[in-house]
Amino acid sequence: MSNLPLTAIAYPAKGSAGRTGLWRTERPVINYERCVKCLICWLYCPEPAVVRRGDDSVEIDYDYCKGCGICANECPAKAITMVEEVS
Amino acid sequence: MPRVVLSGNEAVAVGVKLSRVNVVAAYPITPQTTIVEKIADYVEQGELKARFINVESEHSAMAACIGAAAGGARCFTATSSQGLLYMGEMVYWAGGARLPIVMAVVNRALAPPWSIWCDHNDALSLRDAGWIQMWAESVQEVLDMMVLAYKVAENERVLLPVMVNLDGFLLSHAYEPVEVPTQETVDLFLPEKRPAPYWIDVVDPKSYGTIASPDTYMEFRFKLQAAMDEAARVIEEVDAEWSRMTGRSYGGLLELYKCEDAEVGLVVVGSWAGDAKEAIDRLREKGVRAGVIRLRVTRPFPSRSLASVAESMDAVAVVDRSLSPGLPSVLLSEVRNALYDNGKKPYVKGFIAGLGGRDVTPLDFEAAVESTLKAKEDGGSRVEWLGLKGGRDVC
Ligand code: SF4
Ligand code: SF4
Repeated sequence: MSNLPLTAIAYPAKGSAGRTGLWRTERPVINYERCVKCLICWLYCPEPAVVRRGDDSVEIDYDYCKGCGICANECPAKAITMVEEVS
Repeated sequence: MPRVVLSGNEAVAVGVKLSRVNVVAAYPITPQTTIVEKIADYVEQGELKARFINVESEHSAMAACIGAAAGGARCFTATSSQGLLYMGEMVYWAGGARLPIVMAVVNRALAPPWSIWCDHNDALSLRDAGWIQMWAESVQEVLDMMVLAYKVAENERVLLPVMVNLDGFLLSHAYEPVEVPTQETVDLFLPEKRPAPYWIDVVDPKSYGTIASPDTYMEFRFKLQAAMDEAARVIEEVDAEWSRMTGRSYGGLLELYKCEDAEVGLVVVGSWAGDAKEAIDRLREKGVRAGVIRLRVTRPFPSRSLASVAESMDAVAVVDRSLSPGLPSVLLSEVRNALYDNGKKPYVKGFIAGLGGRDVTPLDFEAAVESTLKAKEDGGSRVEWLGLKGGRDVC
């Protein structure tokens, strides 16, 4: 108990709640032919599971993407499609 | 030390100024309003270098204090009655988050029926929120208590918020000559706030008040309880230190008046202790060896000190300005609880009095003590409503 802080505190850590991508029923798939690197998906993803690369291209981190579809909905170039997950 | 005439509310504001508070967030409510009016003046005139945050409610006032306190600022707010109830959720938050905020509560009855006058049910409704609860008797004590409250709250062994209670109108709007400690004295007594282990810090980002699973929740609550136990000791130490610096001591958790040889004790909280003392003097003239036990602090509840004072008494009268419908009153239950485990315990009779600002005089206190001694002899009622019009036929 002595190593507990005085009150509940959380420190930023990647994936401390486990691999939340396991919940997904649909996965976002990026069509790079259409992507214009506007980074809107990167801004909107609530997780964040859209990874921004050095050249401002984007990719999805499927370990943590929960499949909410916000990125697909917001993408102005319609470059993201939600595809059903099959086990 | 300069001697000036101040109202209870002005004394709170002076206490805030002397304590060099950094952030004040408050919403007006009678009879608290003149506290924050005065503080707003100080900030406007540059006499207090603080951020004064105008908020849209008491809930937001406490929320602003919580944020600022988590960022390391010394914070203050004040409220009364309905405002305190509205603030309630955030009051618990400050306690659980261990933030050393100080709040003045100018005690006022709860509605309905609507009332702006004094009783203690507002503050007592939040007695389990993890706040230290202190109660002043005089305007001088209000001023001193404000400074002492920060010193206790910020102590590393404590780290808990403190409620400084003063009776609505009876103290808040009563003017008394007061010795104002110098700024140098207060600066020596209350150094600049030190960072606590959990301060929000952009270099070391963290989020705060997050979920605790059933695995850890109880341990956090245990720590809160342990801090309250520690606070009881710290309050006594701080009282002694203040006494060395200013010559004024209030006795820490309890103030005892003529209790050394007393056979009967009168237990009270707040400003009417003055009337209770007068009643004791009159009783002593009649040959009744009586004394006053004034609880200055009700959280942490001074159970042990109370039991050890009361064990040499035959009877105790508890005059309570609160009602717990169906119980019947908060202070009475807590006093009885404190005495129960002690080998030698006095007969206890409770009095519900002064609700909604009903006047209570030294004659009423005298009657309460006499009625307690009589009830002990003839087995009369253990609870009485003082000054109830029409007696129990009111129903
Ligand atoms: S589907 Fe939702 S979680 Fe996954 S990348 Fe898009 S916005 Fe993020
Ligand atoms: S929102 Fe669409 S276009 Fe913009 S970066 Fe994301 S995938 Fe590319």
